[in-house]
Amino acid sequence: MIRYIIRRLLWAVVLFISVTLVTYLIFYIIPLDPARLAAGKAATPHDVEVVAHRLYLDRPIWQQYLHFLGQLVLHHNLGYSYANRQSVNSVVLNAAPITASLVLGAVVVWMAIAVPVGVYSALRPRSLGDRVAMTGVLTGISVHPVWLGLIASYFLGYKLDLFPIQGYCAFTGAAPGELCGGPIDWFYHLIVPWFVFAVLYAAFYVRMIRSNVLETMNEDYVRTARAKGAPERRVLTHHVLRNAMLPVVTMLGMDVALALGGSILIESVFGLPGLGYTAIKSLSQFDYPITLGVVVFASVLVIVFNLIVDLLYAWIDPRIRLA
Amino acid sequence: MALLEVRDLKTSFKTDDGIVQAVDDVSFSVDKGRTLAIVGESGCGKSVTCLTIMGLNPRQNTITSGEAVFKDRDLLTLPQDEMRKVRGAEISMIFQDPMTSLNPVHTIGRQLREAVQLHEKMPKQAANRRALEMVKAVGIPRAETRLDDYPHQFSGGMRQRVMIAMALINNPDLLIADEPTTALDVTTQAQILNLMNQLQRDFGSAIILITHDLGVVAETADEVLVMYAAKAIEQGDYGDIFYRARHPYTWGLLSSLPRLAQGAELKPIPGAPPSLLRPPPGCRFHLRCTYAFDRCRTDVPPLRPAPDGSAHLDACHLDETAKQRGSEEILDRITVGGRL
Repeated sequence: MIRYIIRRLLWAVVLFISVTLVTYLIFYIIPLDPARLAAGKAATPHDVEVVAHRLYLDRPIWQQYLHFLGQLVLHHNLGYSYANRQSVNSVVLNAAPITASLVLGAVVVWMAIAVPVGVYSALRPRSLGDRVAMTGVLTGISVHPVWLGLIASYFLGYKLDLFPIQGYCAFTGAAPGELCGGPIDWFYHLIVPWFVFAVLYAAFYVRMIRSNVLETMNEDYVRTARAKGAPERRVLTHHVLRNAMLPVVTMLGMDVALALGGSILIESVFGLPGLGYTAIKSLSQFDYPITLGVVVFASVLVIVFNLIVDLLYAWIDPRIRLA
Repeated sequence: MALLEVRDLKTSFKTDDGIVQAVDDVSFSVDKGRTLAIVGESGCGKSVTCLTIMGLNPRQNTITSGEAVFKDRDLLTLPQDEMRKVRGAEISMIFQDPMTSLNPVHTIGRQLREAVQLHEKMPKQAANRRALEMVKAVGIPRAETRLDDYPHQFSGGMRQRVMIAMALINNPDLLIADEPTTALDVTTQAQILNLMNQLQRDFGSAIILITHDLGVVAETADEVLVMYAAKAIEQGDYGDIFYRARHPYTWGLLSSLPRLAQGAELKPIPGAPPSLLRPPPGCRFHLRCTYAFDRCRTDVPPLRPAPDGSAHLDACHLDETAKQRGSEEILDRITVGGRL
C-alpha cells in the first residue's frame, strides 16, 4: 500500500512538471511582446526594457520557466497580472470557490439523479420506468448545455421569475459592495446552473450505472450470495452495488476534472465569475499571467483529484493494492 | 422417506426465440448421507435442475412444474422468504468456477461470517470462530491468518475449499455441487473430491453432484442419473450405470472416458446435442445413436425399469438382448480384468 501511494505521488509530480512546462511553452510561442503590454501604452522603449528585465522576460526561456516554477513551488506565487498588477494568486483564489461551488454542486445533483435511476433501470430492464429513463438519457445527452442554460434562465429566471437570471453570491456572506451573500443566496443563485450542468453528466451516468449493475447481477458471486440465503436487498447493497460502483468512482474522478473545463460554458451563460470565466477574459486581454495561473491551478486540481481517486479506488478494490 | 424427493420436474425458459424446455420430466430422490450424481453433456439441463430446486432461476422468465419435496415441504411452492431460509442453511450449493464465485471486494472471513449470520443471530466473534473452524476443516493452511485475505490472494483449489467451507458452515442436510472440480487441475480435483467425501462422512450431508465427468462419478456416487437433452435417459445405482449400462448414450459416455490401459481407444460420441428450443421428435438421442431404428425417430421412449425389477431405469427402444449385448461389450472395453 505504501509503495502504491509513493508511486502515485511520484507520478503526480511528473505530471505537474509536464503540464506547467507545456503551458509555459505555448505562451512563449505566441508572437506577442508581453513586456510592451505590461509596460502600458505610453511606455518608451527604455521603459519596456526595464519592465522586461523586471519580469525576467530578457532571459532564455528555460531560465524564465525555472524562475516561474521556483516562484510557484517555493513562494506559492503565480505572478502578477499585466493588466492591473493584481496578484494572480488572489484572482485565482477569488474565482476558484465559484467554480468549485458550481462543479461540486453539479456532481451532487448528477449523482443524486443517476444512482437511483440507474439502479432502478437495471433492476427492471425493459419495464415502463426503464424505457422512460432511457428516453430521458437520450434527451439529456442530446441537449446542449448552453442552449439548456439559456432556455432555463429565460423561462425560470425571466418569465416565471422563480430564480435569479444570473450572478453569484458568496457562501460566506456578502463582500463589501455586493448585494447578496450567505448560504441561502448562494444556493438560490446556483440551483439552476447546477441542474443545467448536471443534465448531460446525469444522462451518461444513468446509462453507465445501469449497464454496470446489469452486468454485475450476472456475476457468479451474486448467485453465490443468493445461494447463501441472502435476501434480495442485501444481495443488492452488499454484493452488487459495491462492485458495480468501482468503475463509476474512476469515471467520477476524471469527469470532475473535465467538468472544471466544461464549467466555462455554464459560467458564461449564468455570469458566474469563476475560473473559466476569468480565463476567457484574460485571454481576450492577453493577460498571460492570469491565463497561465488558471491553467496551472486547474491542472494541479486535476492531478490532485486523480490522486484522490486512485487512493480511493485502492481502498474499495482490494485487488488494486497488490498491483 | 427420502431427504429430497423430486417428481416430474419441468423447467422452461421464455426467450426471444420461443420457449426452451430445459428440464423435461425428471424424477429422482436423495437419501441422507448418500451421493447422487447427475451426469450429462453441457446444456443437458443438469445445472438447471439444481438451480430450480434452489429457486435460483431468474423469476421473470422461468416456468416450473412438478414437485421437490424436502423434509415435508415442496420447495417449488415455498414462499420467497421461506425459501431464502432454506438456502444456505438446509441446502447449500457449490459452483463450478471458484475464480468468480467469491465476491472480490470482501475478505474470506467476512463472506464466511455472512453465511452464518444470515441464518443465525450471532455476535461477530462467535461467527468468526465458526468460520475459522470451517476453514481449518477444509484444510486451508495457516487458517488463522487467512480469514482477512481477499479471494484474489488464494489459488483456484484453495478458493474452492473456501466455497466448500462456506457451503457447509451451517451444517446443511443437502449439498449441491455443480461441477465442483471442472475448473481445477487434475491433482487439485482429486483433493477436492476426497475432501467432499471426507466431509460427507463427518457431517452426514447428502450430496447432489453435477458433473460431465464419469471419472468423478466413479469416485463419489452412490446413485447416478444420466440426462440427455433435458430428459432423464437412465438412472440407477453406481453398479447399474458402470457395470450394467442399458442406454446407448450411457455406453457412449463410458467409452469416451479416457483410460490409461494399453490399446484402449478413446471413442467420442459423434455430433452435438440437439437444440432444446425445437427438440427432435422421438428419442432425442436418435440423431447421434448408432443403434437407432425407425421407431426411435417417431416414438418417445418412456423411462422404464429393467426386467430384473430393480430401481434401474432406462429410456430406450432397443430390445432386451441388444441391451444385454451392448452393456457387455462396453464392460469389456472399459474394464481391465473385470475392474474399472
